Amino acid sequence: MTENKKYTHKDMASDQEVRWCPGCDDYVILRAVQKALPEIGRNKEDIVFISGIGCSSRFPYYMNTYGMHSIHGRAAAVATGTKLANPDLSVWVITGDGDALAIGGNHTIHAIRRNVDMNIILFNNEIYGLTKGQFSPTSYLGQKTTTSPFGNTQPPFNPGELAIGANSRFFARISGNRPKEMASLFIEAEQFKGTSFIEVLQNCVIFNDGAFDLFNKKETRADNQVYLEHGKKMIFGHDSNKGLKLNGLEIEVVTIGENGITEEDIMTHDAHDPNPTLHFMLVRMKNPIVTGVIRSVKEMSFDERFVGQMKEQLEASKGIIFDDLVNAGQTYMLD
Amino acid sequence: MDTKISNISSNDISSVVVRFAGDSGDGMQLTGAQFADTSALMGNDIATFPNYPSEIRAPQGSVYGVSGFQVHISNEKISTPGDDLDMLVAMNPAALKTNLADLSPGKMLIVDTDSFTPKNLKKAGYSANPIEDGSLESYRLIAAPITSLTKAALLDLGMKEKSMNRSKNMFTLGMVYWIYGRDKKHTVDFLKKKFKGKEIIIEANSRALKAGNVYAENLELIATTYQVRPAKLKKGKYRIIMGNQATAWGFIAAAQKANKELFLGSYPITPASNILHELVKHPEFKVKSFQAEDEIAGVASAFGAAFAGDLAITTTSGPGLALKGEAIGLAMMTEIPMVIVNVQRGGPSTGLPTKTEQSDLLQAMYGRNGESPIIVVAANSPSNCFDMAYEASRLALEHMTPVLLLSDGYIANGSEPWLIKTLGELPDITPRTVSKLKGWTPYTRDKDTLAREWAIPGMEGYEHRLGGLEKNVETGNVNMDPTNHEEMVKIRAEKVKRVENDIPELEVEGAAEGDLLVVGWGGTYGSLHTAVMSMSSKGESIGLAHLKYINPMPKNTAEVFSKFKKVVVCELNTGQLYKILHFAQPGHKYYKYNKVQGLPFTGSELIMRFEQLLKEEA
Ligand code: SF4
Repeated sequence: MTENKKYTHKDMASDQEVRWCPGCDDYVILRAVQKALPEIGRNKEDIVFISGIGCSSRFPYYMNTYGMHSIHGRAAAVATGTKLANPDLSVWVITGDGDALAIGGNHTIHAIRRNVDMNIILFNNEIYGLTKGQFSPTSYLGQKTTTSPFGNTQPPFNPGELAIGANSRFFARISGNRPKEMASLFIEAEQFKGTSFIEVLQNCVIFNDGAFDLFNKKETRADNQVYLEHGKKMIFGHDSNKGLKLNGLEIEVVTIGENGITEEDIMTHDAHDPNPTLHFMLVRMKNPIVTGVIRSVKEMSFDERFVGQMKEQLEASKGIIFDDLVNAGQTYMLD
Repeated sequence: MDTKISNISSNDISSVVVRFAGDSGDGMQLTGAQFADTSALMGNDIATFPNYPSEIRAPQGSVYGVSGFQVHISNEKISTPGDDLDMLVAMNPAALKTNLADLSPGKMLIVDTDSFTPKNLKKAGYSANPIEDGSLESYRLIAAPITSLTKAALLDLGMKEKSMNRSKNMFTLGMVYWIYGRDKKHTVDFLKKKFKGKEIIIEANSRALKAGNVYAENLELIATTYQVRPAKLKKGKYRIIMGNQATAWGFIAAAQKANKELFLGSYPITPASNILHELVKHPEFKVKSFQAEDEIAGVASAFGAAFAGDLAITTTSGPGLALKGEAIGLAMMTEIPMVIVNVQRGGPSTGLPTKTEQSDLLQAMYGRNGESPIIVVAANSPSNCFDMAYEASRLALEHMTPVLLLSDGYIANGSEPWLIKTLGELPDITPRTVSKLKGWTPYTRDKDTLAREWAIPGMEGYEHRLGGLEKNVETGNVNMDPTNHEEMVKIRAEKVKRVENDIPELEVEGAAEGDLLVVGWGGTYGSLHTAVMSMSSKGESIGLAHLKYINPMPKNTAEVFSKFKKVVVCELNTGQLYKILHFAQPGHKYYKYNKVQGLPFTGSELIMRFEQLLKEEA
């Protein structure tokens, strides 16, 4: 391997014109990724972006790395093959709520279950954009869309619940309009060996504008979003005086200084706790929602296990060649 | 040649020889007799050969206590109990020891693993357990815990252990009945009569019979025994090889030769699974076998591995191929090399999973959206699976396109002698790679083959993006221009067509010109060859052209066809190659002969059809 080169975010951009709707959060995510990559210490020829189909999946075309715009729903499966073929690559999957959770749901849960070392960025806009505004598996009940004119009757998935249910070792959530936090989160995701699953609450200005306003908008964010950091108190709010406290099997919102609550009573975030129970409770919260790295638990990645096993066998049978295979066992001469 | 096939129906020339061997107390005579009687009732001619120890109660487990019963069943008149066993049932080590010499490699061997205890092994004179030490490798070994499975089936009858053990012969018979498609009814009636008044024994034996039957069904045991062709074999070193094993080895060889790592993305499906079973055993050749969550992930992961530079393959059968279509289209569109193996079985839908058929040819050719031609090749015998897997890999890597390799249940599970090939004697494989960075684009092509230059992740300076969207013919960037699209469609088709310059010519066996040309493809080679050669040796004006390359076809195909008055296309479907030939090779007088019964052709039905065609006026 050659020595790592130094890049700026500009080196990461391809010469292709970006074609998302003006004002779409996809631009913010693209910029955050391009900002993060020079920091991960990888050469760009060793970075691969693999996407499925949907608005977000045009992403690889805009990156000056290797890229594959594959087929609907299958990006995680394609990426698994790419990573096993060359475990040295830094593999990124770009996907959306329709791509990863509807048509590609199976591949998503299995990639997470196996813990393939790759970063899956889920652009969750709670709608189908590219196909023009149909409800997605994350659209809320009652949501009026092109295919639910009288209100959506299909209860949604919560991507965090799904990921943790599939034994996710790394799950993060982030607002689509916070580029700085996003970039640092992407760096952390890349450094995590295993499947890092990142849900971005991405505003689609055309078909589902304002879906996350309450959580994302500057004015309301502080009171409705808890940005979790490992080892830190779960404190939030405009005046930084609210916090999360465990009360039996519920998480309750409390105010420091009221009803005898002190900072001591507020939970401290432990992203490394192998027991997913609390992480699960946290991702389920509806208001405030939690963001940041919610779960990050070290475990050997699938590719390490896979390659490790192969290496062992390679060692054990050193020097064996194909001709040994065909000549082994029962053979006979005809003359 | 007598064609030996799994299910013997009254129209087939077929014969099967089975020997049941076990301890004298294992009831082998009764078991064998039931198999013979049932077959006789089903209309077969039979010949049997009982062979039991002189002692009524020889010491249990000893070699001289072994009792055997050989049955030869056939649809033709037969006069001997048969020389060549198709199957040996050995209920214990002693039975195996005394009978194995009569079973030739590649044939089916059923053993009760429960009886292979250290004590019994010692009594039979084995120093190591033959089931475990690889000495039975060349047989189609079915190692089943028959005693414990029988017990499990009878558990709630409240019988003593010893009494339960007595029904294991019926369990075994049930397995054999499934394999050869025998009806259980006669034996159930027989049991009712024989044990009249002993309801529990009737129940135990009937249950064991049924349990064994279901067990074999669930294991999808297939009794395909591929006939060794009568032609004189070349001198050299041989081994018996099964089709699926040959396929697996062909890919290992190709990867080694091409200096690539082999990646298999696959999902289990009958009758393709044992390619996966074989490849998982070979990490020592850097084979990366990935059992995926479904068929689509199988092909998608293979595609992802191919993108990253591996020789990547996916293996499946018909229903799986239907699921893989979109990803194959992506590989075609992005011009990424990979091989898709379809071991065909009886369709449509779930169809006849354990039976053979050739009904996926049109799916292989056209089963994708858009204009998406790919290379399609077909193996024609178990050992030829090796050559065609190798060849499919070579074509994919050198021409930058997916290649679909067709095999079928008949040759995949069949075995035959294989003249061992070492790596040195195999043709070179030169995967496409980049030449120079300056001016390079993902669509920089070879002038002659049109194969694009292959840059893989990790190569500095060649970073590029590919995908399913149409691309500009030169730059490789997304492009929706109408004329550009048409040009790209034509280039992709032309690239596949030009593969005809890189494949061998079509050979004709028998008459090189004359009245009737028999045309076939894939696993029917053995039966077509036998029929044609037997007629041509009698002076009939008949030849055989068997296609291994279906898309594109060999360049001399039209010339070969034009030397005959009639061309008859024989397939185990309703006429798929027949359809293709009408536009791929127009201007010939085509006839067809088809069979869709999940069974191979028999010699007599082929000869009858060919004689009729030769007699009829053109
Ligand atoms: S449709 Fe929505 S998600 Fe798609 S690019 Fe436009 S704003 Fe973004």
